[in-house]
Amino acid sequence: MKTAIETHNLTVAYNRRPVLWDIDFQIPEGQLIGVLGPNGSGKTTLLKSLMGLVQPSSGYVRLFGQSLDEVRSRISYVPQRESVDWDFPISVREVAVMGRYRKHKLLGRLNKEDHRLADEALEKVGMLSFADRQIAQLSGGQQQRVFVARALAQQADLYLMDEPFAGVDAASEEAILSLLKEMKQAGKTVLIVHHDLHTAHQFFDWMVLLNTRLIKCGPTSSVFTADYLKQAYGGQLTILSQVSDLVKARDFPIRERSFKDQPK
Amino acid sequence: MNAFWIILTGALVATSCGLLGTFLILRKMAMVGDAISHAVLPGIVIAYLLSESRDVLPMLIGAAALGVLTTFMIEFLYQKARLQIDASIGITFTWLFAIGIILISLYAGQVDLDQDCVLYGEIAYVPLDLWITESGRLLGPRPVWILSGVLALILLIIILGYRGLKITTFDPEYAAAVGISTVFWHYLLMSAVSVTTVVAFESVGAILVVAFLIVPPATAYLLTEKLHNMLLLTVGLGILTAVSGYYLAVWIDGSVAGAMAVSSGVFLLLAVLFSPSTGVLTQRFRQQAIPVPAQGYKER
Repeated sequence: MKTAIETHNLTVAYNRRPVLWDIDFQIPEGQLIGVLGPNGSGKTTLLKSLMGLVQPSSGYVRLFGQSLDEVRSRISYVPQRESVDWDFPISVREVAVMGRYRKHKLLGRLNKEDHRLADEALEKVGMLSFADRQIAQLSGGQQQRVFVARALAQQADLYLMDEPFAGVDAASEEAILSLLKEMKQAGKTVLIVHHDLHTAHQFFDWMVLLNTRLIKCGPTSSVFTADYLKQAYGGQLTILSQVSDLVKARDFPIRERSFKDQPK
Repeated sequence: MNAFWIILTGALVATSCGLLGTFLILRKMAMVGDAISHAVLPGIVIAYLLSESRDVLPMLIGAAALGVLTTFMIEFLYQKARLQIDASIGITFTWLFAIGIILISLYAGQVDLDQDCVLYGEIAYVPLDLWITESGRLLGPRPVWILSGVLALILLIIILGYRGLKITTFDPEYAAAVGISTVFWHYLLMSAVSVTTVVAFESVGAILVVAFLIVPPATAYLLTEKLHNMLLLTVGLGILTAVSGYYLAVWIDGSVAGAMAVSSGVFLLLAVLFSPSTGVLTQRFRQQAIPVPAQGYKER
């Protein structure tokens, strides 16, 4: 299996306070990867340094065995929903077609193929019927789906998503999840920053467990254990008390499914 | 004929400033124009000290250079020092303005040298400022030619750079992630703002420039939900403001710049009240049209 993402001694500091410390991992292609850890553990920073948006103090990142600039067109990014002004005068379709913007194509016109791919991406997330709406008129989950559509329109091989499930409604969560499975089937690699331990082990087949340092990186079954979770979440008692339940739940898939079907 | 030149000048300034102001508003940097109007002072003093004259050209160059420096300082404070954008704007222009005052008191105490006398023009005098070639041909008011040149440049930037400006304004982080230089587009926009405002200050005065930079785009923002409509509407509103402002000034026999700025405010007020989506009165009418469910007994 080829390696999609690797980091070597990656260290990132803000104002000399380390946010990521000496992160070393390799992740194979074609996986759904969850990045987990407590608040302030450097999850978003990890994503941003993979994307070249923050400069590491030391260490480096390789994507598909190359540097970011060589493979940028194969990488797509879904930022946190709060990072933009949703009152901006722009329609759903215009946001999706931004996925077709390229560094060297900014001046030329977008062609039919670009518009077709944008519409196709909206269709996949179930937002095509909202294409002409202004983005402020959408619910939080629908806005998130538009962001995912923009990334899809880019036709990348590696997708980096920052909290796509944060504050989304059940319908949007379903839509994004089934899309992720479809993407995995198509051989895409998707790395997702996720905060919810309850759903994590159902969503992902690979995990990166962080708390400034790398606690563990590997297939979900080897990472999602009480021991590693305790190491990552340390003294957070409320979470600690849930950890053993969660691990137990994972061992009984039938119970887990009935748990999931209950209304939240 | 004078009326025509004054209205045309107003419309040119309104169009140039409105197009740039649209992006400034969406970037939450609307006050940059106001900041530049103050921050150019040290540029004017330094230009005076170097050229030892109060000619227009050195003043314009000095002011435009300071305008660009202002945008650099704002960006530095915002990005590197991690201050809020409004605080960065406030700090930058008061500080630069204060340096200008110190320079005047140190080196140019006897010379009348603030923006009001050396930079700011008066739109009512535009028809008097004629451009006459060496052979004696009359080419019309000089400001109209200069402002037309500036407008052509801005149209070029906005038409060619529409997508770059749009994506870096809406979602700079995503733009950077796909390899688009947010720094380049930011400084392209900000340089255009500096040059435009300084040139326009020289033709029509500060208040009108600052008003045209903010008020028509803000009005358009209330009326539409698409960026290109906002740009077109801003231009239309700007021209309408120039025309109505001129005749308001004739009617009250008062300041042209003041009347145009007031007239832009009137259009904004109309939009606030009657905008189809967010209008205060529109929403009230709409609420009356919807049948309200009967009040439950719990309310009493």
